[in-house]
Amino acid sequence: MFGKNQLDPDSRFRNYSDLVIKTCMLAGKIMIENGSEMTRVNDTIKRIARNAGMPNLKTYITITGIMISVNDNSETQITEIDKRAFDLRKITAVNDLSRRFAEHKTTLEQFYQELQHVSDLDTYFPYWMKILSAAILSGSIEVVFRGDYSVFFITCVIGMLGWIIFDYLNRIVKVEFINEFTAAISIGMLAMLARKLGLGSGVDNMIIGGVMPLVPGVQITNAVRDLMSGNLVSGPARAMEAIMGACALGFGVALALKWFG
Amino acid sequence: MDIEFLVKVIGVYVATLCFAILINVPPRALNLGGLVGVASYLVYLTYNSIFGGYVGGNVFGAFTIGILGMLAARYKKMPIIVFNIPALVPLVPGGQAYEVMKYIATGNTHLAFVYLMQVAMIAGALAIGFLLAELAIQLFFHVTHLFKSFVS
Repeated sequence: MFGKNQLDPDSRFRNYSDLVIKTCMLAGKIMIENGSEMTRVNDTIKRIARNAGMPNLKTYITITGIMISVNDNSETQITEIDKRAFDLRKITAVNDLSRRFAEHKTTLEQFYQELQHVSDLDTYFPYWMKILSAAILSGSIEVVFRGDYSVFFITCVIGMLGWIIFDYLNRIVKVEFINEFTAAISIGMLAMLARKLGLGSGVDNMIIGGVMPLVPGVQITNAVRDLMSGNLVSGPARAMEAIMGACALGFGVALALKWFG
Repeated sequence: MDIEFLVKVIGVYVATLCFAILINVPPRALNLGGLVGVASYLVYLTYNSIFGGYVGGNVFGAFTIGILGMLAARYKKMPIIVFNIPALVPLVPGGQAYEVMKYIATGNTHLAFVYLMQVAMIAGALAIGFLLAELAIQLFFHVTHLFKSFVS
């Protein structure tokens, strides 16, 4: 009947639909892991499927997992998402790849190959530049919000140290929210210390500026966008994440104020 | 033009840029993201200086972010999120959120509640602003689509 190396048409079709599912799943996984909003993920997956010739692919996307099935007898697949970070480079990379695929500049196989390398992409900016931007962000936000020029430099230093602590803990500890909490306590303590040493009097201004690089702005924006698009599973989940992050920061600052204020 | 205003605008631009660097936004989007942030902050300041209050300015600021972010995303062929998130930094109610925590820590729950309401109102205002921007964009596309089918 069939030669040894010759696949029957049914299994060849199954291989292709498998590849489509795998590609969609990986693209979705990368986007959710790096902080994309759900409508965007859904849109990208549907677009890839349409361009691959499978317009009736069904997806169910939540913040912790994706299910995809093709509308025939091939099986449904599930993937889990357990880490969430914020790296807009990877989202942009997936976007670019999907765009190239839509313009028929790559094949599905190449697309899948390149997607697998996206999660290895490094940051654009060296570590010292991130530290520097955390510092300048703290200082300039303090000036914008409060207009207190006298504590600009000390706010820069406090914000920088807070961000270094946060980033370091983020790498070694696998518990969420405790990083924000610890960093917030440190920022509060550093601000009090700065006042004790006579480096500036506006403790409030220093803390507001210093906490700014850690504020969960991305989560809040995403929560609002998800809720607006009617995603009642992921919207509240993201909102909860944002509120927990904000509360961790707040309690950290409040504790520091209580102990040392 | 007074110098304080200029310093604030530069501060907003720099802050938006720095936040974008922290979340690893591609370099080719950095400048435009900063400009979106500055534009929305200018809208916010203008509204505040004419009408006052803290809700309306945030609504229009977020509206500006939504519209300009969409335009920038189309121009650069990048996801909207790349421009929206950094631009939101100057509007985030960080000061008020801090006051809530401070008054909870010092036991003054009444003032804490006052500020908590402000935080909630501002967050809601930002959401409404984004919503309005989305509405305006979809309405615009709908109308241009109708117009095109009408002409042809």
